[in-house]
Amino acid sequence: MQLDAKVPEGPVEEKWDNHRFNLKLVNPNNKRRFSILVVGTGLAGASAAASLGELGYDVTVLTYHDSPRRAHSIAAQGGINAAKNYRNDGDSIYRLFHDTVKGGDYRSREANVYRLAQVSNAIIDQATAQGVPFAREYGGLLDNRSFGGAQVSRTFYARGQTGQQLLLGAYQAMMRQVHAGTVSLHNRIEVLDVVIHDGRARGVIARDLLTGEILRYSAHAVVLATGGYSNAFFLSTNAKMCNATAIWRAHRKGALMANPCFTQIHPTCLPQSDETQSKLTLMSESLRNDGRVWVPQSHDEDRHPDDIPESERDYYLERMYPAFGNLVPRDIASRAAKRMIDENRGVGPLKNGVYLDFADAIARLGTDRVAERYGNLFDIYQRITGEDPYKVPMRIYPAPHYTMGGLWVDYNLETTIPSLYAIGEANFSDHGANRLGASALMQGLADGYFVLPYTIGDGLAPRLGEQPLPTDHEAFEEAAAQVRGRIEGLLAVNGSRTVDWFHRQLGRILWDHCGMSRNQPGLEKAITEIKALREEFYTDVNVTGQNEDYNQALEKAGRVQDFFELGELMCRDALYREESCGGHFREEHQTDDGEALRDDDRFAHVAAWGWNGHGEEPSLTVEPLQFEHVTIATRSYK
Amino acid sequence: MDLTLRIWRQPHHDAPGDFVRYQVTDVPREASFLEMLDLLNEQLMARNEEPVVFESDCREGICGTCGVMIDGRPHGPWQNTATCQLHMRAYRDGDEITVEPWRAAGFPVIKDLAVDRSAFDRIIEAGGYISTPTGAAPDANMIPVDKATADRAFEAAACIGCGACVAACPNGAAQLFAGAKVAQLNMLPQGQPERYQRATEVVDTMEAFFGSCTNHGECQAACPKDISVDVIAWLNRDYRKAKLSGARAS
Repeated sequence: MQLDAKVPEGPVEEKWDNHRFNLKLVNPNNKRRFSILVVGTGLAGASAAASLGELGYDVTVLTYHDSPRRAHSIAAQGGINAAKNYRNDGDSIYRLFHDTVKGGDYRSREANVYRLAQVSNAIIDQATAQGVPFAREYGGLLDNRSFGGAQVSRTFYARGQTGQQLLLGAYQAMMRQVHAGTVSLHNRIEVLDVVIHDGRARGVIARDLLTGEILRYSAHAVVLATGGYSNAFFLSTNAKMCNATAIWRAHRKGALMANPCFTQIHPTCLPQSDETQSKLTLMSESLRNDGRVWVPQSHDEDRHPDDIPESERDYYLERMYPAFGNLVPRDIASRAAKRMIDENRGVGPLKNGVYLDFADAIARLGTDRVAERYGNLFDIYQRITGEDPYKVPMRIYPAPHYTMGGLWVDYNLETTIPSLYAIGEANFSDHGANRLGASALMQGLADGYFVLPYTIGDGLAPRLGEQPLPTDHEAFEEAAAQVRGRIEGLLAVNGSRTVDWFHRQLGRILWDHCGMSRNQPGLEKAITEIKALREEFYTDVNVTGQNEDYNQALEKAGRVQDFFELGELMCRDALYREESCGGHFREEHQTDDGEALRDDDRFAHVAAWGWNGHGEEPSLTVEPLQFEHVTIATRSYK
Repeated sequence: MDLTLRIWRQPHHDAPGDFVRYQVTDVPREASFLEMLDLLNEQLMARNEEPVVFESDCREGICGTCGVMIDGRPHGPWQNTATCQLHMRAYRDGDEITVEPWRAAGFPVIKDLAVDRSAFDRIIEAGGYISTPTGAAPDANMIPVDKATADRAFEAAACIGCGACVAACPNGAAQLFAGAKVAQLNMLPQGQPERYQRATEVVDTMEAFFGSCTNHGECQAACPKDISVDVIAWLNRDYRKAKLSGARAS
């Protein structure tokens, strides 16, 4: 297969403008003749549904949540980047573009990233007009803060609940369209397959989570806005229901999966405290603005942090990366923390954390200012740990958080299956091998508000008059039968172990061998272990209850089934990519002082994998990356 | 620790429900309340019994999916804490805990501890937004908002839509939820053009699903985000003004 990214000609600053002019348009009166299915209601899905509905398309939205407002974008804390340059500190579209390409360790598509930076400012305008209560200065204008990987203050925020506020803004905009009748909303519906006919996406097969009914939705185009796959690790900062099922089943139907090994391990999460732990909690990276990260200098330290004098503390990020200090990008901060723990300098009862200390900030700013900036995060921390971070340093450790990999899309956000689009975290997106903080919200909303509404029309315009495929067409019959078969198969095993047990095992394999650092023998071992575990799953899983009911065990079983296959592909991709870049750290490829060592000659490309059937080797297609504007260089934050 | 749970089991909306007593064993003190329920379900499934349906997602107190009555209190004993943030160090070995779904006419029980809160979506759909078509916004700093107002708007906007306010209310009223959204939008300059129409549409829709507020104040006490009943005053004032001036739009 040849990949055509459809990147427009011309200088990078003009590509998007030229492209918008060249895209075919659908007449306003004809838009209602086109039906679009949007799957997922996070920032990307809700903003796309709202915008497409406003344009006049016939939009149907499916979400597995009880309300679209629950989507996991709601949990994003820290902020959203934009190149407003409101601080007069030298920011520009070009600098945001440059920082993002560099932050992604030169593994993203320049044209996409430039467009992202270009539309970033309009997102802030849009959200503000919707009533999103961003933080403000006393003069009434918007406030900014700094985030990792940038030397300018370009992050807009709403205390530690930026994702919540932006999502509610997008949700409300979408609900306005529900009221207007352009968007039809279906809650508690989980998409289980994509229907393909004549090489084009025609709709989806879904399950009503309350009744088990298998449903069919037909449309001219299908948009997957279903988020990332960090939950493959079982323990991650993702919400419990986050899953890869929609993108994975699209992959099985022919959509290529790009860079699946590019996963982000977020440096500031709460360390695991016990064996029953169901998820890990993130503490916003914005905490690194004022918190100082340290570990004791001595190994196996048992003293209370207050009893460890300054001279016996190692503020290792400030020591190793003086220019960026505590604000180095996430991948670098995570690996540094791992190194400290591996050196037996971890803190806390299980010695599995590092300190994030606010004593200096409280002395400098006062408790009130610190509380204003981070109060809700401190509250979350205290509820979980029972410790007061105003008095005792927080303990943090890295955890799986975000996945840069995802369905391969071209410049129009269309997957390798025509009429199937992927937006937000579900696509392999603009973040290369590492996403900068406060850029996920930016990308989700850029895709939904300002990119897809233009590009989707180009694919639809030539199809005026074409009717969606009838849902009794054999393509629907066949897909529905497959979905039913899978469900019946899961219910029929009647084994002895729960779905969660298998998921925990899978997560442990992935964390140990395909987590913060990876090597060839480990990855090979992981692939073997995942295969064996998957076989065991098919003979020994116990899914209680029946299909025709609200059956949460059955829901989980289907998702874990997909995580097995995806987890294996993550390992294969990590094994293939014999270099270290961004969040992908291959131990065989590092500098003398332990920094990532890229191999631009061999791997300056996107690795896009194709499904060849159960147990078959996936096929690899490569999209070369050209860097015409950003000089490709060793990333240094020293 | 080992605990006794009295849990409401109800196969579906139209079937009768009842409390069932369970023992859950070896609960770590560090576990969260929902992890304790996870453990119970693991232990039930190991005996081939059907697990208890309860809903949750983010498990960090922001998505609003979780929410059960714990010993008669929405979200349990801790103030300003969603069920998912409640941790087992609140309990002692041997405790008995009663767990039941939200009880409100506006939230029909679906199964066990899960209820249908889609009436909240209907309220937002009716007017819980500022009409801003994508692309039509002016530069963000064209709309200055004084910091005090911005902060108050934020506090109202912190609502997670969990429904604890309705569950706590003896009348099953949703004034705190509706008031929080209306107050947020109506106090901001961006929200002025639709201010009175919004109050009217939201209140009229709300009343189709929920009971009436009689100022008990239980909602504020139960709210995991500490939203003040002041927002109800906003709602009432704008609604009254809208009705008196006949400002109701179509």
